[in-house]
Amino acid sequence: MADKVIFAMYDDDDKLMDGAKHLVANDVKVSDVYSPMPLHGIDSIIGIEPTRLAITAFMYGITGVMLGIIGIRYMMIVDWPMNIGGKPNFSLKENMLSFVPIFFEFTVLCAAHGMAITYLIRNKTLPGMPPRNPDPRTTDDKFVMEIKTSENTHIKESVLSKLIKDTGFLEIEEKSIL
Amino acid sequence: MYKESDIRLPLILGDKSYKDITDDIIRPIEAKPPKTWYILLMISIVIALWGIGCIVYLLGTGVGSWGLNKTVGWAWDITNFVWWVGIGHAGTLISAVLLLFRQKWRFAINRAAEAMTIFAVFMAGLFPLIHMGRLWLGYWVFPLPNQFGSLWVNFNSPLLWDVFAISTYLSVSLVFWYIGLIPDFATIRDRVTKPIYKKVYRVLSFGWTGDAKAWNRFEQVSLVLAGLATPLVFSVHSIVSFDFATSVIPGWHTTIFPPYFVSGAVFSGFAMVQTLMLILRKAYKLEAYLHVKHVEYMNIVIIVTGSIVGVAYITELFVSWYSGVEYESYAFLNRATGPYWWSYWAMMTCNVISPQLFWFKKLRTSLMFSFFMSIIINIGMWFERFVIIVTSLHRDYVPSSWTYFHPTWVDIGVYMGTIGIFFVFYLLFSRYFPVLPIAELKTILKSSGKNYKEGYGKGKGYWDKHSAH
Repeated sequence: MADKVIFAMYDDDDKLMDGAKHLVANDVKVSDVYSPMPLHGIDSIIGIEPTRLAITAFMYGITGVMLGIIGIRYMMIVDWPMNIGGKPNFSLKENMLSFVPIFFEFTVLCAAHGMAITYLIRNKTLPGMPPRNPDPRTTDDKFVMEIKTSENTHIKESVLSKLIKDTGFLEIEEKSIL
Repeated sequence: MYKESDIRLPLILGDKSYKDITDDIIRPIEAKPPKTWYILLMISIVIALWGIGCIVYLLGTGVGSWGLNKTVGWAWDITNFVWWVGIGHAGTLISAVLLLFRQKWRFAINRAAEAMTIFAVFMAGLFPLIHMGRLWLGYWVFPLPNQFGSLWVNFNSPLLWDVFAISTYLSVSLVFWYIGLIPDFATIRDRVTKPIYKKVYRVLSFGWTGDAKAWNRFEQVSLVLAGLATPLVFSVHSIVSFDFATSVIPGWHTTIFPPYFVSGAVFSGFAMVQTLMLILRKAYKLEAYLHVKHVEYMNIVIIVTGSIVGVAYITELFVSWYSGVEYESYAFLNRATGPYWWSYWAMMTCNVISPQLFWFKKLRTSLMFSFFMSIIINIGMWFERFVIIVTSLHRDYVPSSWTYFHPTWVDIGVYMGTIGIFFVFYLLFSRYFPVLPIAELKTILKSSGKNYKEGYGKGKGYWDKHSAH
């Protein structure tokens, strides 16, 4: 059997949410949802794992603060210790307070940019990437649910189409994946 | 499902659907811009070119062509720098702090305010760079290995902290703004018909798909970036204030500066947002998305921050007397009664007295009055920086070096020029970019749309059907 993808389109986010709940309750695996705006609560319905981006931000932040400390220590304490206004740079510890602002800024810089770059790469959104939404209207006012037959082999095709019909979609499209 | 109290006024007026939101915001991009847009753009370009000419003249001739003298070494340049940085504080504050507080009215203003932030910080950054005299050596402010026996920049100096703070702020704001723009560019990409537009927005939208996982990540990134940007906003203007506060000049050497500067920045930033948004709203017919309620919320922020600024002015005065330091007392007495008394009282009137008028509901819900006040505050906040910088400097410790600062045509030209450059950027932004966050407005339609709240039109019977949520 050729693998098929079914795209069911809805004109309302609540219809799609209720539909997804109905399908999931009947053991159908909904592989994805395309929407023009974030749908709160859809991730738990269709079983999408929470993102770990915040953890990466923390890791980039830690990297930033470490790089900041290493860099400033090298430049100000080791490589060329200066005596500025009678306050010589003898040790990192004693000069730490005046370095805090830049440690902080550098931490934020690394955390924000690191996370943003990770986000773009993980989403496969980079300049020049082709759009992959099934219908151009999903960025306007339509909501599309994606169901793959290969993920729902435990349900008969007729039962599956009956279940999808029950959700009250607006349009449906089937595509074969070769 | 999030449900908003019925008593709260709806944030989106009229009988709007998701489609209407897309249409209303993308229409100005697809349509031919009105004649006034071209006229405004032309005026801005002329002013910008004049400003660029002045900068080129300044670089060729030297900083001496400014009105600076031996005593007043910082004047309009740093005044303008702080003024622009202050304006640049509203955008990220609105999108970051209001996001953390879940203030949904921010969607009416956040996109345009973030754009304003970025352009304003560009303008701000220009001033210290040209003030250094040799613009082409501007990169020397960064700690780069060099041929001078690897002489490093001074990490103990607030001026270097400023370099890091401003550049971090600019780049993080830019990223924050762009990440929010990607889904909206995708909406435009999937809609426009002109082939050139299709191509450009296809590149700009980075191939955004809008699948569930992408939105999940989008929300997480927005939240964490907001969490990072909030302390960043506070740190940037605190560090700007350190440029003054860590010096030994009477009038600058005060510990009150960081909170005072931060609230002043928010105050002036919100005023500039008001100025720009009230025009944009009329020009782009966005009355349904940005109405009296939003303006009132902004005016409340203006009263709060304006009052903090007022308290700071008075505290400064009190402490200058209470400290018993003669120089300090004189600096403040001289501000109010010396040769620059007019700038001090302009500042006091514009920033302390006039915002208090917003306590009257009638005034803070009047769009005309709000617009007028926003201009007054913009002027007042410029004078604040002028007062702090010039009046503290012009009477040195030795009376023989007392001077008076007169701006030259180059001073005025560079300042006007940055306003021109700013408006060129802003007008181009308002023409080609979605001025309101399309995707995010859609998330509040059902909870804060007038039709959904009152159950008529396109939202008819919505809460009856979904009361179980």
